[in-house]
Amino acid sequence: MTTEIILFLAHSEDDGSLSRSALETLTGAMELHRQSSGATFVTGFIGGDVSAAVAEASGCDAGTFYAVSGPDFAMSRYASDAAALEAICRASGATIVVAPATSRFNRAIPGVAQRLGGRIDTHVGGFVLNGAEFAIQRGYYRQRMIATLTRTARPWFLTVDSGVFLRWEGAPVPVQATALNVTIGDGLRKTNVVGYKAPLASAQTIRPDAKLLFVAGVGWTKKQADGQVHLEDAAKIILTVVDKSGASLGSSKSLVDQSSEGQSVFSFMSHLNQVGQTGSTPRHPKGLAACCHGEEPHVVGWRFIGERRAINLDPNCGWAQGKADVLYVADAFELVARVSQLL
Amino acid sequence: MSTGFHVVVCGSLVPDLLQTLEPVQGPAGPGLRNELMLPSVLDPWAAHALFEAGHLAATVPGTKVWLVSLGPKAKLQQLMMSIAPKVPFELVAIDASASGFTDPVEVAAALAGAIEKIPTVDRSRLLLFGGCASASRDAGVTVQMVGERLGIADQFLAADELTVSAQGTLTILERVEGGRYLVSEVAGPPCAIAWATGNLPEPPNNPQVGMLNMRTMMPALQKAQPVQLSASGTTFHSVELPKQERHTRIVKDISIDEMAREIANWIKE
Repeated sequence: MTTEIILFLAHSEDDGSLSRSALETLTGAMELHRQSSGATFVTGFIGGDVSAAVAEASGCDAGTFYAVSGPDFAMSRYASDAAALEAICRASGATIVVAPATSRFNRAIPGVAQRLGGRIDTHVGGFVLNGAEFAIQRGYYRQRMIATLTRTARPWFLTVDSGVFLRWEGAPVPVQATALNVTIGDGLRKTNVVGYKAPLASAQTIRPDAKLLFVAGVGWTKKQADGQVHLEDAAKIILTVVDKSGASLGSSKSLVDQSSEGQSVFSFMSHLNQVGQTGSTPRHPKGLAACCHGEEPHVVGWRFIGERRAINLDPNCGWAQGKADVLYVADAFELVARVSQLL
Repeated sequence: MSTGFHVVVCGSLVPDLLQTLEPVQGPAGPGLRNELMLPSVLDPWAAHALFEAGHLAATVPGTKVWLVSLGPKAKLQQLMMSIAPKVPFELVAIDASASGFTDPVEVAAALAGAIEKIPTVDRSRLLLFGGCASASRDAGVTVQMVGERLGIADQFLAADELTVSAQGTLTILERVEGGRYLVSEVAGPPCAIAWATGNLPEPPNNPQVGMLNMRTMMPALQKAQPVQLSASGTTFHSVELPKQERHTRIVKDISIDEMAREIANWIKE
């Protein structure tokens, strides 16, 4: 790959800075450039005001810093984002485009790839350089299998998941960004971004920065030894351990499905908490599951959880089949409450 | 909204989520062992999109729903038996591989081509629906690419809620970082919405809806155009199951207090 032009793309956050995910992806793009002899490295930024973002990444040895900024690009909107990204890609002549897998880019970049006649791979989990050939690793079937693949089509767009590379921390140097003028007509302003809304479960959703993922399974809603359901007790125990441990709160599909079907379950639990094949695949160093059976469709969401522990009354549950490091065979109501007392 | 929407849902089949999947390398690239024998379901996110479309049709008079589905014809026929009683829709079938290893660019071209050929779809009233990703390719790019091919400039990804005002303004809630929603308003169609799970439960089976749908399904399946999806320019060096078997330590012969101490210490480490 002697003639590749590697473009790193990022958008500024609401405060003008770059997100952690963007800085991690910058590390990956720089490593790729370093290992690719003869390749050119350029960067592109979009946002309301990208000066702080450009300064943050200025020490990354890129040859050019493209910028598209202004009020039209301050908020995440498909039409204006795609126009800005298209302009940067065309101006740079990029053959490989590396970008963080943020919600904003996940939405806009596939459309840009379509416009430029390129190819795209998302959820990239690693780069593989074998001599002159560049390949990537990514999951298929919801991370149930991992493929190493390469494509000859260019431009090749790659969005990189958070947690794959270390966050880049370089000292800023003076650079002059190349501003691109992108006109947004009324046809591209049809979508009006109103703002953000925090869900009711805002305090207990999957938080990437938490060290621990606590997953509550449907067992919390089942009849206990006294033949009764104890939803209030279960809610109190779950919220207490999440609060005291600073954990992210995850759930199995069975539990959040009960909520959407109108059954009486936890008001703080929604599909946003769902981990697994049809939910999220979070990356936490530790995970603790309670009252969850550890079936395969749920456990595929644990692929990137470092150390896994589970609490279940069944010593033959899914977790015992090589899916957890430690399985505690115990009553979760009692055990989790005791854990909270010790935290 | 007196005229209603024309909602086109893109959704295909995926292996039943409880099946064990094993990759195999074939002459045309990677695939799944016994792929044609695996029981299939409608892709979970696309299913949510279909249920949302059905809900919209039930609440906004004049709204009509199409399901554009790409997959092997025989498997589509089986799948439709379980989908037909859910919500009223008209099927547009494309006879092609539903493998996760196909290229989304080619899949998007096939889907957009099929949508363009539906004579009764009014593009000015078009809402393009689909899942925010599939449980097979898991890329989350196809709806945007189909939208681009159809010239749709207003697109939304990972939506959980769509509301329509009396004036016809659409308000969409999209999942973004930090457990928040991005709230956007768009004056009206056309727009593309790739759904996350939404908020609706799976509709109960309605035999009357099923019979109504089946009248158009069989002709649609017979008319399904075969499309050859190639993976030219793509080389899969390997496709493997992740090696993540762990040696589970089962703790059951110590007191609850000891277990609690062990867990608490582990959390604090």
